Amino acid sequence: MANLRELVRRGEFLSGGHRACAGCGSTIIVRQILAAAGKTPVVCACATGCLEVVTTIFPYTAWKVPFIHNAFENAAATISGVEAAYKALKKKGKIAEEIKFIAFGGDGGTYDIGIQALSGAIERGHNMLYVCYNNEAYMNTGIQRSGSTPKGAHTTTSPAGTVIPGKQQSRKDLTEIIAAHDPPYAAQACPSYWNDLVTKVEKALSFNGPTFINILQPCRLGWGYPPEDTIEIGRLAVDTCIWPIYEVENGKYRITHRPKEKKPVIEFLKKQERFRHLFLAENTHFLEEIQREIDIKWERLLACVV
Amino acid sequence: MKIVAKTGNEIMAEAMRQVNPDVVAAYPITPATEVVQLFASFVADGLVDTEFVPAESEHSAMSACIGAASAGGRVMTSTASQGLALMYEVLYIAAGLRLPIVLCEVNRALSSPINIHCDHSDTMGARDSGWIQLFSENSQEAYDNVIQAVKIAEHPEVLLPAMVTTDGFIISHAMERIEILDDNEVKTYLGEYKPKHTLLNIKQPITVGALDLQDYYFEHKRAEIHSMQNVSKVILNVGEEFGKKFGRKYGLFEEYKMEDAEMAIVALGSTAGTAKVACDAVREKGLKAGVFKVRIFRPFAAQEIAESLSRMKVIAVLDRSDSFSSQGGPLFTEIRSALYEAKQRPLTVNYVYGLGGRDINVEQIKEVYSDLKDTVTKNKVESLVNYLGVRE
Repeated sequence: MANLRELVRRGEFLSGGHRACAGCGSTIIVRQILAAAGKTPVVCACATGCLEVVTTIFPYTAWKVPFIHNAFENAAATISGVEAAYKALKKKGKIAEEIKFIAFGGDGGTYDIGIQALSGAIERGHNMLYVCYNNEAYMNTGIQRSGSTPKGAHTTTSPAGTVIPGKQQSRKDLTEIIAAHDPPYAAQACPSYWNDLVTKVEKALSFNGPTFINILQPCRLGWGYPPEDTIEIGRLAVDTCIWPIYEVENGKYRITHRPKEKKPVIEFLKKQERFRHLFLAENTHFLEEIQREIDIKWERLLACVV
Repeated sequence: MKIVAKTGNEIMAEAMRQVNPDVVAAYPITPATEVVQLFASFVADGLVDTEFVPAESEHSAMSACIGAASAGGRVMTSTASQGLALMYEVLYIAAGLRLPIVLCEVNRALSSPINIHCDHSDTMGARDSGWIQLFSENSQEAYDNVIQAVKIAEHPEVLLPAMVTTDGFIISHAMERIEILDDNEVKTYLGEYKPKHTLLNIKQPITVGALDLQDYYFEHKRAEIHSMQNVSKVILNVGEEFGKKFGRKYGLFEEYKMEDAEMAIVALGSTAGTAKVACDAVREKGLKAGVFKVRIFRPFAAQEIAESLSRMKVIAVLDRSDSFSSQGGPLFTEIRSALYEAKQRPLTVNYVYGLGGRDINVEQIKEVYSDLKDTVTKNKVESLVNYLGVRE
């Protein structure tokens, strides 16, 4: 368990002055992760997306650790190459340090276009942590739907129209897809529960092998809420169980934060512009459907915990 | 030095074994599969120190190569056809990030229709990606080219990736007599790869692949272009040095019986060998024929090529792919463009041949020489772009 005072003392590895929106969750996530890594040297890779764009506009970089951006769909493949070179050069005695490798991808770069590269890298067993900063749509290109966009959400490619009220499909469960690869560690987290997130990162980095953390990242622009509410919205996602935070360690499930009282999902939905149309009289059946799906998935998760 | 009998694929894998790269990330594809599987066996048998990344696609293979090279490793891979096509996006990134990755490419037609045999459409599709492209007439050249490609790509004035190509099945699966160097000779010749900046230098963190907008992108691309302009000079020096050390000298192109020639056939890869046989045959009948083999397609040594070809009365450019420009194949358009500035310009004619592995034989090339003779007599090109050996 991390101690806030100690975390702060570890230093800042992502400098301020980057171009992220006020209230952006992705840079909060990166700062928590790099603080969690602390003194362990890390090399980071990042998929094309908001995070890469806002932190690396040449000739500036916000990254105080070695960083590589390659393309959109290949952060996992890229970091696997970096890690392979590390192993080769270490074997030859050209590198002395123990280095850890972290890849970042948004949900577009992870759930959709990058899922193949991620699946391959995990199957090959590279020593890496892959982090999906999951803001549930293609935010960098202007809020288009992804495989992670939840049912009912308005995006620019699943707009709330007069006939079709937002995204019709449920999101895929990527954490379970990755867990099915049997990596030593897979988890879901949210920066609103910083201690949980930091602990998970420390744990993931302690394994020798591929690990994965799917981190829900509230996005004030794409989700439509005031920038100061990022942490609050994330907390509601966890407390309504639309985003349970849990881990699968060597196949063993553990819910790392059980809400004292499981709040109704409308508490989470009503605070966001992207769900506003669901509260119109003709769409209320959608709200019931969303709640039902959450209840089923939550029960299923509880059943996994022995 | 040692003499071996090996196929094109076997010898490319052998060259890779001798280079002993830090990382090989690859994915199997016909007709390059053997290169990857032979290399995997070298790894399994402990004959190399390489970390082998058996990627789940060519896109990921090249992406991993980019990661590994950015981390400071000497990196190689191999692919063909659809595999190279799947890499296209990241080929540009490898070049833009100035990573001297060496790729053993076995030329094969692109779908559709699906086909596994030789043509150059795959490699030609990558011609503007910023990669150096070396073509090989036979397995000996393939071997020598792979070793030299590492030297060329890593040259401080170059730092660009390079692909060495062989012709699918024609070279890749044909057994030939090849002279190879000793492992130690290769090791000494190539030396250690010491990149200036790497991701693994924790004390000096760098950002690789930053977002480069209107204010810097152009300058960075210009620098990349500038480096490509240095490549011909480096290739000549490396080819010269290789010749002095190991007895086989290489240039940007090879001129076969061009001294007194009036007509020439220009070709890439294995067809140059077939053309040499045809050339000998038509010379016996009194034709002043020659063969001009282009070794380096990227960069394109326009000035040097034009200088040599402008002495001809007529040339036929043989293209094993089409560019769909309706102006002929990619080699033809490059050659025609190169000749534009020449004081004397030969008549030029294009033959697109051998798509999807359609065989090209000595008789067909002899007919091309015969056509060239008629063209000289008439002093006129009647058909600019011709399709050789196709049923129409």
